[in-house]
Amino acid sequence: MKAAAFAYTAVASSAEAIGALGSSGPLAKVAAGCQSLGPMLNLRLVRPERLIDVSRAVDMRRTTDEGDALVYGGAVTHAEIEDGLAPDATPGWMASIARGIAYRAVRNRGTIGGSLAHADPAADWVVTLTALGAEVLLCSPAGARRLPLSQFVTGALATALREGEIVAAVRVPKRGPAARWGYWKFVRKRGEFAKASAAVLIDTERQETRIVIGAIERAPLVVPDAQAMFAGPQTHRAVLESLLPGRPQGSLVFHAAALRRAIAIAQGETAQAAMP
Amino acid sequence: MIPARAEKDRSAREGVGASVPRREDARLLAGEGRFVADIKLPGMLDIAFVRSPVAHGRIRSVIKPGGLEASVFIGADLEGVTGIKAYSGLPGFRRSIQPVLAEGKVRHVGEPVAACLASTRAKAEDLAEAVLLDVETLPAVSEMTRARDANAPLVHEHWTENVFLETAVDIGFEAAIAGAAAIVKRTFRTSRQCMAPIEGRGVVAYYDLQAEQVVLYSSTQMPHVVRTGLADCLGIDHGRIRVIAPDVGGGFGYKGVLSSEEVFATWAALTLRRPVRWIEDRREHLTGGANCREHHYEITGYAAQDGSLLAVDCEAIVDSGAYSIYPFSACLEAAQVASILPGPYRLGGYRCRTWSVATNKPPILPYRGVARAGVCFAMELVIDALARELGIEPHAMRLANVVPPEAMPFTNITSKYFDSGDYPEALRRAAAAIDVGAVRRRQCAGERVGVGFAIFCEQGAHGTSVYAGWGIPMVPGAEQATARLTPDGSLELRVGVQSHGQGLETTLAQIAHEELGVPVAQVKLVHGDTALTPYSTGTWGSRCAVMAGGAVSAATARLAERVRAIASHLLQAPPSDILLENGAARSRFGAAEVTLREISRLWFTAPQNLPPGAEMTPLEATEGYKPLRDTGTFSYACHAALVSVDEEIGTVRLLDYVIVEDGGVLINPMVVDGQVLGGAAQGIGTALYEKMPFDEAGQPMAATFADYLLPGAGEIPPIRILHMETPSPLTRFGQKGIGESGAIGPPAAIANAVNDALAGLGVAVSELPITPEHVLAALARANGAAE
Repeated sequence: MKAAAFAYTAVASSAEAIGALGSSGPLAKVAAGCQSLGPMLNLRLVRPERLIDVSRAVDMRRTTDEGDALVYGGAVTHAEIEDGLAPDATPGWMASIARGIAYRAVRNRGTIGGSLAHADPAADWVVTLTALGAEVLLCSPAGARRLPLSQFVTGALATALREGEIVAAVRVPKRGPAARWGYWKFVRKRGEFAKASAAVLIDTERQETRIVIGAIERAPLVVPDAQAMFAGPQTHRAVLESLLPGRPQGSLVFHAAALRRAIAIAQGETAQAAMP
Repeated sequence: MIPARAEKDRSAREGVGASVPRREDARLLAGEGRFVADIKLPGMLDIAFVRSPVAHGRIRSVIKPGGLEASVFIGADLEGVTGIKAYSGLPGFRRSIQPVLAEGKVRHVGEPVAACLASTRAKAEDLAEAVLLDVETLPAVSEMTRARDANAPLVHEHWTENVFLETAVDIGFEAAIAGAAAIVKRTFRTSRQCMAPIEGRGVVAYYDLQAEQVVLYSSTQMPHVVRTGLADCLGIDHGRIRVIAPDVGGGFGYKGVLSSEEVFATWAALTLRRPVRWIEDRREHLTGGANCREHHYEITGYAAQDGSLLAVDCEAIVDSGAYSIYPFSACLEAAQVASILPGPYRLGGYRCRTWSVATNKPPILPYRGVARAGVCFAMELVIDALARELGIEPHAMRLANVVPPEAMPFTNITSKYFDSGDYPEALRRAAAAIDVGAVRRRQCAGERVGVGFAIFCEQGAHGTSVYAGWGIPMVPGAEQATARLTPDGSLELRVGVQSHGQGLETTLAQIAHEELGVPVAQVKLVHGDTALTPYSTGTWGSRCAVMAGGAVSAATARLAERVRAIASHLLQAPPSDILLENGAARSRFGAAEVTLREISRLWFTAPQNLPPGAEMTPLEATEGYKPLRDTGTFSYACHAALVSVDEEIGTVRLLDYVIVEDGGVLINPMVVDGQVLGGAAQGIGTALYEKMPFDEAGQPMAATFADYLLPGAGEIPPIRILHMETPSPLTRFGQKGIGESGAIGPPAAIANAVNDALAGLGVAVSELPITPEHVLAALARANGAAE
């Protein structure tokens, strides 16, 4: 279980990364914390010719305050968000989400940008940042563009990332004290990939309400009529069934439970907890 | 039993009974342990194996990459090497030979077919990718319950059916069931697991020109047995092979085997005269090493109206995998099922048939607890089912049927000799600690909680007669130890068993301290090296505290006699008046003393001061030891679990867990607690998490720990251990084997607790692990019944 040979370039900035990517051809791959890419390399599921390591790219390690949002460099680690070393755009929710990602060893190296670029449907950031209305900042030699996360993740392990483009940063709108949040994922053991998850944002101040269902082997599902879900759990199964046709009943049970529990947390009925 | 320590203060700081901190931990926790993968030799080549991608197939061809043929080896290249043979001595056993590198056929996914050598593992894997393996896939035997079907493909084509061995025992069964008021019949199954030690298997082998022998470092539990097996397979003398187990990161039975990889590496070092290395990776472990625990039971329990257990009838299938492994064979598991199923209960009648079936899966190995985890699960769930049928509290039903203390020593229905113990008291303490009454009140209040018990005994340190009776090809005899004073008065202990987490560097030193009064800090344990230690069958079967402990006691006691003789001369007191304490000899009646250091100095460097002829008696002794009977010690435990069941998502939460444990006299209570806790964590894995699924074609369906769930620290509740201490009358200090115990009880206790929580709904779980899907399915059955 050792990677096939590859070349390696460490870069000091996003600009350098973009340059290296441009000159390396299509078989180069951007690497940051390597918590997903590393095992895939070792299992030889991916065989890039070159890794471009952005984990020490200075501008991607910063968090910038833009007034109504914080912009996290793509190479900010989960642990930095968990520990408050990177400021929290929300009233502590991001730190709490980070704390529930895999294990501390993974969080020490894994990055927010890397997680989004990998786009595992069960990944915590993929689901929660969609609910939080985050955008990704994508950079390439052609320039920069901003894309809402709901448009960036296009499927399981699939994104709108173009050739030569990197996830330079993630822009997360700030949330005030009146905003409410609930996130619940179904795992059999701590640190495991979620089998079902749901995130709920109720921000009356910014007039945003969003419910997102995750861990469904596709891009996160943004529930079209979020308000209807608050009427009670009786309709959850039926709504999920219509939104996720073909999904086995056995799996819908867990998604419905995640939805109900995330709403209960957001509505303050139960405390935020990562575990069932 | 010699009541040596009865005279002494029980809280003796370093001797038997003291919780001396584990001496090996300073090294291991500082990252200074040396494991196989830490050994680097100049010019060493890494081995990557080409492994079978299919469960069953005929090898059409193996084509080595052009120009690199000299770095790739297939079975036909291994001239003079024979396959691994482990034949049961029982009649009707069907023989298999496990090839070192498969030729002709492959019989399970992950079976080695070719070995590729290169300067790094990555390059060896490149080479392995370039080998063209052409296999014609054959229908596979994946499901043990269908292995005996008339149309099942044959794993070994020269057999008539896929059965290594069938056994049957009937002890007064028909006569005993008359008058049964409750009869419950249940089907249970346990899942195939990976043992998942932190360190996998691994070997480094090189040829020592001066010693004219190949030296094999192996992550093994039994270096001496591995050497014997290697000599057989390679057709060379034992003297040409030295096996060393360096620090080993957990065994649990996974390393109690002679592996194909060990044979190949030894052959390669011998033949190529180059150091070679193979380090198992997790993918190899998970895809080719899921090799334990898979049982199927059809079991019927019979009880009288008053709750008296009358008889048990069982048909058990063990999925033994593709080959009979060396040295324990394909049949140890089923032999245990048949003989241990009655557990700690008095039974009037017993009938049991077992089949050790062959399937296209990795060959079964005895995992911590061996068959006991499965039989305890089957038996204890039947007890609960009977209790429910009769309206008796499950722990009360057990209380009425376990062997009472006044019956000890007790010979049970399968002729197991229980040496000592108070089983009812263990039950009472567990029931009180878990507070059954409080659970019943919570249930009345509508909480979906449940309490479950498991009581079992663990035959440990069992010896010659037991293993000979089971037909196991390697039968242990006595255990030996060498005790030797060095010129500075330190003590060196040499034992053939090998410590891989058991804390033997500490506990055996405590025993030496007990006999010789030598400070534990001045005892050095030499172990895990065939060149330096007396022969031993190794570390398994909860045998070290009793067997190696007894041998160390015997050798150090012999040495103490010799030390006393010299001290007697120096102190001018009779030997019987000489006490050995605090690293010195002193007269019982005087203040004068002479240190062990001084005695050693005189013996080695100033023999003119010794009594005449004393220099002719070595300051070292090798002694053999076996307990007064070789039928084993019977430690026992009662586990009690309190769980809640989430009806929405089917999860089980462990709210409380109590273990009442009786290991006889504990050499080091802290080490025992560590063993019990570690075992219990593994048992919780068996109960709730661990399963290697195989598809119809025999493909293992979990290739990483993302799919094969091991419990982590977060899944283990606080576990309360309550000790009882009933000495064994058979052993040196009254100690009993206890190393496997923790892993045996949790599946049964947790399943019973879940079923207790579900009892009001009239449904039960019957399969391990108890996944949310199982629980939800049971709840759906309940809803279906209600509608």
